[in-house]
Amino acid sequence: MAQDSGTRTLISHAQLRRGRGRFIYWALLTVVVVGFTLVFLGPLYWMVTGALKSGQEIAQTPPSLFPKDPQPQNYVDAWNNLDLAKLLFNTFYYAAGAVVFQLVLDTAAAYSLSKLRPMFGNVILALMLATLMIPAMVLIVPQYVTVIDLPILHINLLDSPFAIWLPLVANAFNIFLLKRFFDSIPEELMSAALVDGATPLRTLWSIILPMSRPILGVVSIFAVTAVWKDFLWPKLVMPSPETRTVSVGIYAFAGGTPMNVVIAASVIAAIPTVIVFLIFQRNIMSGLTTGSLKG
Amino acid sequence: MAITTVPGTTRKPGRPTPPHTGPQRTSLGRKVRDNLTGHAFLIGAVLCFVVFSWYPMIRGIVMSFQRTRRGETTWVGWDNYSRIIADPSFWPAWQNTLYFTVLALALGYAVPFFVAILLNEFRHAKGYLRILVYLPVMLPPASALYLFKFYAYDPSEAGLFNAILKALHLPTSQWMQSPEMTMPAMVIASTWMNMGGAVLIYLASLQNIPGELYEAAELDGAGIWKRIRHVTIPQTRLILALLAMIQIVATMQLFIEPLILANGAGAEDSATSVAYLIYQHGFFQNDLNGAAALGVIMLVVLAGFSAAYLRLSAKQD
Repeated sequence: MAQDSGTRTLISHAQLRRGRGRFIYWALLTVVVVGFTLVFLGPLYWMVTGALKSGQEIAQTPPSLFPKDPQPQNYVDAWNNLDLAKLLFNTFYYAAGAVVFQLVLDTAAAYSLSKLRPMFGNVILALMLATLMIPAMVLIVPQYVTVIDLPILHINLLDSPFAIWLPLVANAFNIFLLKRFFDSIPEELMSAALVDGATPLRTLWSIILPMSRPILGVVSIFAVTAVWKDFLWPKLVMPSPETRTVSVGIYAFAGGTPMNVVIAASVIAAIPTVIVFLIFQRNIMSGLTTGSLKG
Repeated sequence: MAITTVPGTTRKPGRPTPPHTGPQRTSLGRKVRDNLTGHAFLIGAVLCFVVFSWYPMIRGIVMSFQRTRRGETTWVGWDNYSRIIADPSFWPAWQNTLYFTVLALALGYAVPFFVAILLNEFRHAKGYLRILVYLPVMLPPASALYLFKFYAYDPSEAGLFNAILKALHLPTSQWMQSPEMTMPAMVIASTWMNMGGAVLIYLASLQNIPGELYEAAELDGAGIWKRIRHVTIPQTRLILALLAMIQIVATMQLFIEPLILANGAGAEDSATSVAYLIYQHGFFQNDLNGAAALGVIMLVVLAGFSAAYLRLSAKQD
């Protein structure tokens, strides 16, 4: 399934087809496939089966490859004791909201910067991109202080989903991705729509957005994974047990819970993102590659 | 490209505007209205940037020179800075963080590049290998780190790594319980979790290298290593440099690895990172101002790195 078999890489095709080259190629490929499976899939296998082992079996030397006496109860305990249903629901809810807020606000902003080009648009874009250079850790304290007492409004956003949704909108990378995509949409389409008397909103809705499905998909996936993987920010702004995300919840329980139950909970927490990845891996790959570098 | 309306050209209503010009701006009122529409689309995102990014940036710097006690805020000059530098964990935290950055660069920077070169040569199982490398990136970091903590880094011989070392007749390790192994163990876990992104980015840039360059090099008698050195690396230099910068910024923020793998500080402060110290001061020692000062110090150090990087890359051109 060589999708780009036409392009020449480091080693020529001819060389790989000849006797010795062919042998080395297949030998190396086998080693890499087996090695990668062990290195990247192996730990996941260890995690899923390890969570099925009893406490005694985990402490046994050498460790067993298959659980001798599988204990599905560990998964049940994880689900019940940590209230994983609640934690997963919270995380889903934050992820869904993050997608909506980012799609609406970041798309509108990128559309404006790319097609409407208002005054000072470039300055605003530059200021947005500058935030990419600032590490999140540097901002964590002042951001937290801001969230517990919003300027002017004096609202405390602790334990409110807006504390997760709104800061995620300030995502220069997504705006940049969207703007680059919109830039590639021919200007003629815009002027044609304008001539037909379409308002900018209508142009965005009926012309730009339908053409931008791939990039909108990428931004949505990034939004979901960002919420799912984030740890410190949700830990700080969602302090009460009812509003926690799944990663934070597992961390909070890890101290007083048997370790195979913690691992079982970790497996359950990982399932949604892994499924999202397996379904959308093509979009994720293309998003990563187009987004970062081509051109 | 400025468009001037030539006097005397009558525009029939509904006539298509010429391509590549965008909306024609005729009158002042129209111009103002267009601008207002443009800004209306921007306002939501801009407000979020103002409140959650630009303002906190300034506020962080202001806070680092203030002290808030019992609701009263006073200017204290450099007090927060001297207090945070006097913290016994300050220097170990920087040492650990820089050590982690160097180790993570050595492992997490070179390995993905060579993995990408290798994957790019394969004509089979490419999709499968790409999915494998990226899979750990999709795990919530907490999940992956508990796996390492409980199953891989178990200091007894029941741990996965020690079992493998023992089977190979190599000395086993105490992993997170030995101050010497703490950092390498964190780097291994972190590289496993994160390298997929870099591999995919390298793969994309490798696919953009024109095949003729390799052909020409081969005709000139350049072997595989020479071709990597004189074609692959120069052709991907920009990406290599960019990712080095991104990775330095990312590794300097080392936080969740020490928090979960080493319960924060680790054996003899061997895991404390700058980010962890920010967290400690800000949220446990009730010292948000000190934490803000440390944040500013971190920003300055990173700005120093960026400046050095810009100078180096300017020299190369």
